[in-house]
Amino acid sequence: MAQVSDKPKFVTREEVKMPPLKELTSMRDKIAPGHRLCTGCVAGTILRQMFMAAEAADYTLIIANATGCVEVCTSIYPYTSWKVPWIHNAFENAAATITGVEAAYKALKKKGMLPSDKKVKFVALAGDGGTYDIGFQSLSGAFERNHDFIYVCYDNEAYMNTGIQRSSATPRHASTTTQPAGKVIPGKPQPKKWMPEIAVAHGIPYVAQLAPSNFNDFFKKFTKALNTEGPSYLNIFCTCPRGWRAKEEEGILISKLAVETNYWPLFEVENGSWKINYKPKERKSVVEFLKKQGRFKHMFKSGNEHLIEELQQDVDKRWERLLKLEQL
Amino acid sequence: MTERKVVPYTGNMATAEALRQINPDVVAAYPITPQTEIMHFFANYVANGLVDTEFMTVESEHSALSAAVGAAAAGARAMTATAGPGLALMWEILGVASGMRLPIVIPVVNRALSAPINIHCDHSDMMGARDQGCIMLFSENAEEQYDNVIQAVRIAEDERVRLPVIIGMDGFIISHSIENVSLLTDDEVKKFVGKQTLTHSLLDIDNPVTHGPIAMADSYMEFKRQQREAMMNAYKVIREAGEEFAELKGKKYEHIETYKTEDAEYILIVMGSAAGTAKYTVDGLREKGEKVGLIKVRTFRPFPYYDVVDVIDASNVKAIGVMDRAETFGGYSGPLFEEVCTSLYTRGKIYPITGIVYGLGGRDCNLNHIEEAFDVVKRKAAGMDVPPVTYLNLRV
Repeated sequence: MAQVSDKPKFVTREEVKMPPLKELTSMRDKIAPGHRLCTGCVAGTILRQMFMAAEAADYTLIIANATGCVEVCTSIYPYTSWKVPWIHNAFENAAATITGVEAAYKALKKKGMLPSDKKVKFVALAGDGGTYDIGFQSLSGAFERNHDFIYVCYDNEAYMNTGIQRSSATPRHASTTTQPAGKVIPGKPQPKKWMPEIAVAHGIPYVAQLAPSNFNDFFKKFTKALNTEGPSYLNIFCTCPRGWRAKEEEGILISKLAVETNYWPLFEVENGSWKINYKPKERKSVVEFLKKQGRFKHMFKSGNEHLIEELQQDVDKRWERLLKLEQL
Repeated sequence: MTERKVVPYTGNMATAEALRQINPDVVAAYPITPQTEIMHFFANYVANGLVDTEFMTVESEHSALSAAVGAAAAGARAMTATAGPGLALMWEILGVASGMRLPIVIPVVNRALSAPINIHCDHSDMMGARDQGCIMLFSENAEEQYDNVIQAVRIAEDERVRLPVIIGMDGFIISHSIENVSLLTDDEVKKFVGKQTLTHSLLDIDNPVTHGPIAMADSYMEFKRQQREAMMNAYKVIREAGEEFAELKGKKYEHIETYKTEDAEYILIVMGSAAGTAKYTVDGLREKGEKVGLIKVRTFRPFPYYDVVDVIDASNVKAIGVMDRAETFGGYSGPLFEEVCTSLYTRGKIYPITGIVYGLGGRDCNLNHIEEAFDVVKRKAAGMDVPPVTYLNLRV
């Protein structure tokens, strides 16, 4: 395991050199076409953005993928979409699995048995169910043990692979198959769990929230995580057209609206210091974000105005807290 | 044969010593009674630089085996150790480890499952995991555990096998009792286990591999069939490892061990520490002129069905008693009983046979209880009415 160092040094945002888009898009894809992700699924976009940043920094990603949409859609035997080393173990143990791989790396390096001396980075990849819920213990343990890895959560705010069941990442009042909007209960009664701050509480060196609509910011953050020794946690917004009852072509637009409404603020936390990376000049009403998605449709019925208000309050409260955290 | 160093070790000390000599690349473990001591000793080896191991003190048994799976898929020699409920928590990942054909070695200190919670010995932990595709060996005493753990590395990593190996020793009865243990030298162990070869390593980034894909109905059965064949190969490989080990140490390990069965009329079949007590009881009864004998099963998976039947067939058996240290509630009798019955019936051998359940949750199994077990077998042989399962040493 890595020695716990007080203050790892970070690459600054200015130091991250982003190659021209033309160059990035002509890089050899590490995720092959032919996978079964739904049309408009943003998880695929996120993977490509990750690989672009890794390739630009000359890192090979070694990935442990939790059970979920990405896992089942990319590895249907005898085919695989992965052009990097990849392992799927189970739903709840991506973090434990990747830390085992990382430990093996150290052990085999000591023995002079590594097949390659090129730069590698260990990545646990999971959805919100595999992160916020069933994988939470495994994730917490891996952070505490201070392994050198990036935990990537593509957060589409419900159990999409199993059929749109609510998770602790589902926002208040969203309709899911296990908490549908009914006559008595209007969707999920509880607000979304705020995973990034829980990650920060572990004292890990780098935590950030990303959105695929803001690629520049995404690229910088992923590059910073690559260059961070010890655990990083990346919470990535991931539109799910199927689960959110949204238009397939609007995945990135919805991501943008999530950022512009402060529903999904972009921030990063280095050694416990919070920094908001983007403050919208004119914060849009959360309605702009909600109205694009069928999962919030019931909130727009007359008499349900208070539901929208409550969700707006959740968003505002979180933003105010972020502003305070930034002042610390 | 060189003069062997003989030391007074508990089963846990002997296991830890085997681990030190094997010097695995990665060990991931979580504390659970009565396994804890193994990890205490091993942690000291790590802290004092006696091993090169990356020691992962994880937050659960589930993560311990999950990390071992990651490490083994990366090509590391990976181990964990657990007991009772810890093995139950690993259950899901045991199937992953065997399905992914990862040679992880797992010493288990046999402990009862809850409820009621109980830290003492029975075999319900390993019996509960018996269909998860792992090779399973049972040890009679501390030295056997030491020898079995060392052999397990070879068995697990053999190209014909590549399966996890679970090696069970009875909680407290073996794990915490001091016995004479004859040790191999560090060099002998190093040579015997050899150097692992990197097979489909996750660290080989120039040749990326996908581990643990999804297999649909068109391919899943072929994976399972290959596991069955690996298990059948293991039958041979375990024997080969035992023979080679015998050349080294002079003590031969086979799938089963027989004790005075040649002319026996009444035979008990047993696994684990009770075999020692049973051998002693057989001697006592033999002195009284009783034709009794014992079969100790060392390999439970793959089950040595030919060996067991051959030995029974070569004796003068009138009835058999199969002693299970685990229940199969609602089944006819215990898991070992069922294996023995199937082995006999499919060879067309029908003998009077009865099930005996003993020692659950650490209940004593002494000489008089083994004698009682033989009495049950004799009653069965005499055609008397015997229930499907007799509980030994049950309070009434």
